[in-house]
Amino acid sequence: MWEADSALDLSDFLRAGYDRFSGQYPKFHKMDALSKLGWLAAEVLLKDTAIASLAPEQTGMVLSNRSSSLDTDLRYYATVKDFASPALFVYTLPNIVMGEISIRHGFKGENTFFVSPAFDTALMCSYPAQLLAETPLQACICGWVEVMEQQYEVALFLVENTQRNNSILLTEAALTALYQQNNSL
Amino acid sequence: MADLKAQIIEQLNLQEVAPESIGDDQPLFTKEGLGLDSIDALELIVLLQQHYNIRIANPEEGPKIFHSVRTMAVYITENQTVKA
Repeated sequence: MWEADSALDLSDFLRAGYDRFSGQYPKFHKMDALSKLGWLAAEVLLKDTAIASLAPEQTGMVLSNRSSSLDTDLRYYATVKDFASPALFVYTLPNIVMGEISIRHGFKGENTFFVSPAFDTALMCSYPAQLLAETPLQACICGWVEVMEQQYEVALFLVENTQRNNSILLTEAALTALYQQNNSL
Repeated sequence: MADLKAQIIEQLNLQEVAPESIGDDQPLFTKEGLGLDSIDALELIVLLQQHYNIRIANPEEGPKIFHSVRTMAVYITENQTVKA
């Protein structure tokens, strides 16, 4: 689909991704790296889906990562001794990435962010499935979005109640296979 | 005012805005204007402190001071002190 120059640092990589997949969304430049990474992945994930046809309350999110918002927390802390940055402060929570994705796509469904040492396929299979079964949600974006300094990783999946032509049944094994496929790229 | 526009763009990370595209009297906080938000307002307060050593004593003056680049420039001219 797209391969960036491996020599790019994270900031330049995210800008290149924005130029490639989006543009015309100036708020992107104000986001922290975690939000930019998750937001860009959502742009790619949702590009050719029918999710826009759902009511705002029918799409939710369950995301996770290892470092929470620590990368931005440290950047914010570094500004405190001089002039504390309001623009950085608003990103000192990991769930803000879900807010940015929700604003972009108009989602108003339930969302939850978990912090765990590694991508928990059992949780990421069972929890979205439970939400789809027991709440008004008809679609749920789930996955992993991690940033710490120059190390980053993102893997988002779209889970829906409605079966599509190219969809696969949500099982722990299927999600594990998809995640490992992502890691092998 | 050209310098102030460049400082605003840098402080607010307005990467897709050119200094010359900001009108001197263009409202900063309306959708018809530059469309800034409440976090941007806080960043503008930081900008005044960082670059001009100005602290806004009365927060109620904010809307008047930050109405446009020109109103900011006037406020800076009237209140600027030598930076320590």
